[in-house]
Amino acid sequence: MSTQTDLTIPRAELLTLLRSMKLIRRFEERSAEHYARGNIGGFLHLYIGEEAVAVGVISLLREDDRIVTHYRDHGHALARGLDTAACMAELFGKATGVSGGKGGSMHFFDVSRGFMGGHAIVGGQMPLAVGLAFANRYRGQDSLVVCFLGDGAVNEGEFHESMNLASLWQLPVLFLLENNGFGMGTRVERASAQPVIHRLADRHNIRSRRVDNGQDVFDVREATQTAIDYIREGNGPYFLEIMTYRFRGHSMADPLEYRQQHEVEPWLDLDPIRLLTARLHESGLATPDEIDTIDADVEDEVNAAIRFALESPFPSPDELYTDVYA
Amino acid sequence: MPQLTYREAIRVGLEEALAANPETVIMGEDVGAYGGSYAVTKGFLEQYGEERIIDTPISESGFVGAGIGAAIAGMRPIVEIMTINFSLLAMDQIVNLAAKARYMSGGQMTVPLVIRTVSGGGNMLAATHSQSLEAWYARVPGIKVVTPSNPADALGLFRSAMADPNPVMYVEHSLLYGSRAEVPDEPYTVPIGSASVARPGTDVSIIAYLRMTPVALSAADILEAEGISAEVIDLRSLLPLDSGTIIDSVNRTNRAVVVEETWEFGGFAGEVIAQINERAFDSLDAPVLRVAGVNVPTPYSRPLELLTIPTAEAVADKVRSLFQA
Repeated sequence: MSTQTDLTIPRAELLTLLRSMKLIRRFEERSAEHYARGNIGGFLHLYIGEEAVAVGVISLLREDDRIVTHYRDHGHALARGLDTAACMAELFGKATGVSGGKGGSMHFFDVSRGFMGGHAIVGGQMPLAVGLAFANRYRGQDSLVVCFLGDGAVNEGEFHESMNLASLWQLPVLFLLENNGFGMGTRVERASAQPVIHRLADRHNIRSRRVDNGQDVFDVREATQTAIDYIREGNGPYFLEIMTYRFRGHSMADPLEYRQQHEVEPWLDLDPIRLLTARLHESGLATPDEIDTIDADVEDEVNAAIRFALESPFPSPDELYTDVYA
Repeated sequence: MPQLTYREAIRVGLEEALAANPETVIMGEDVGAYGGSYAVTKGFLEQYGEERIIDTPISESGFVGAGIGAAIAGMRPIVEIMTINFSLLAMDQIVNLAAKARYMSGGQMTVPLVIRTVSGGGNMLAATHSQSLEAWYARVPGIKVVTPSNPADALGLFRSAMADPNPVMYVEHSLLYGSRAEVPDEPYTVPIGSASVARPGTDVSIIAYLRMTPVALSAADILEAEGISAEVIDLRSLLPLDSGTIIDSVNRTNRAVVVEETWEFGGFAGEVIAQINERAFDSLDAPVLRVAGVNVPTPYSRPLELLTIPTAEAVADKVRSLFQA
């Protein structure tokens, strides 16, 4: 199942990939802790276990590409380089958050980085991605839009409407399906008559591929690069299904009664961070000291983010009425 | 001043918009080769080409969302939803995305999108094709809803909608397309959120919008012959609502009747009446009443359908009831 470390990637970049995955992991572990303490409210959907997907895909994007994603959006945001402290502040509902405290966990935005939102109505982000890509094509730009979606989105009408439009209009969209096996607590096989989801792309004449091990950042990157090249050459959309697993529940409120520990454990062995770390050791590309330095650095960054979030002010009451309209 | 039909006035607005901005496109079902379900965009495809006049598949959520995305990207698209009944299939995109993108992103996104659609009954199209749903959208902060009742307002409001950086639902009425009236030659706009005094009067305010405005004006004619001077207020915009003009009028006339085509229960008239009660109660000489659509799915059969939509006579009757001791 495992591939070789991709030696064409410069060593510094490999370490950046590892750091990015570790940052997402620690950011979320610590946010879970602050959820339990009551500093974070609402829903908190953790991405833990799926880090290789966000990091692998987003590390290959250009600055002028755009990202549209779903409500499990922390990983994508951090992989895209959104400010860690501003992301944490958003979870805390503070004025300094990436969405000014008005969006919360499910609705991170940073338009300056082409991060066009976490969107919390399942499938609802897909027409938006189509529209952004429509503008790219209309303007003759070769930048593209990555639309992340979960396996739960594929039985929505918006999924099929968006796939058809993107294909019909030959738009530069990468539909990036993160198949973590469950739509909330419902298994893919119990929700989709066609559980090999990428085959649904055939119906819309969209080229597609499945990545069996989405825990391997190199596999993710190899497939993503192929898709990106295809799209930038003007061939229209591409659909990539990446098999992954969410280590935690759907949200912090999930009692996890729908899956057994014995089926979770093999996946835990495929921890994307552990896999990459082992590869870097094996191939002599990182010393234990270097890994420790990354860990300490990430810990500092997350600690600083929490401090920032705690110390930041809540939005003032007059913010209630700002930005309802432009 | 030239005489234009309501349809022609909207066409003028669309052509101005297409000329003003090369990033303005029109997308919707059968807007191109067919010429528009109500012939508003007839000939546009030949004139502007398929890059800008875009026939979409029947995918309301998909193409309305695509319009929202293009607007967020900075284009200035116009999306046509063939009738407001079909907007239900796009309601997620309108309510959950267009109306919230700016607020939820902390002001980072704007959605300069005009959604044209057609409301109303009276065409023997039965229950699924005869609804007036604009008041539903008027409850959603983050979008604007305009409802022109005549050609001059149609053009003036369209210009304002295109200049507005927010998503605007521009709601037309199928029975108004052929109505003809003078439209000013000089450049003008009708600001969004401004009601008009469609007919001045002293004894009662009849407050209406969209096709109920001509109905209210006919009622005022009937009443004038009976010695009752009715002022007709045309709301023109539902969101934002120009309550100032309503309150000023009621403060002068001391009586009011609100007219709308949609179902009476939970309708927009209830909101107008609540505002009058809150802000002009002391001016009232009588309770504020309403005339609205009957609370049933619209039937096909002509005699039944006609019973569901307010008429000038019904409005006049309601007004008369305010003057009975």
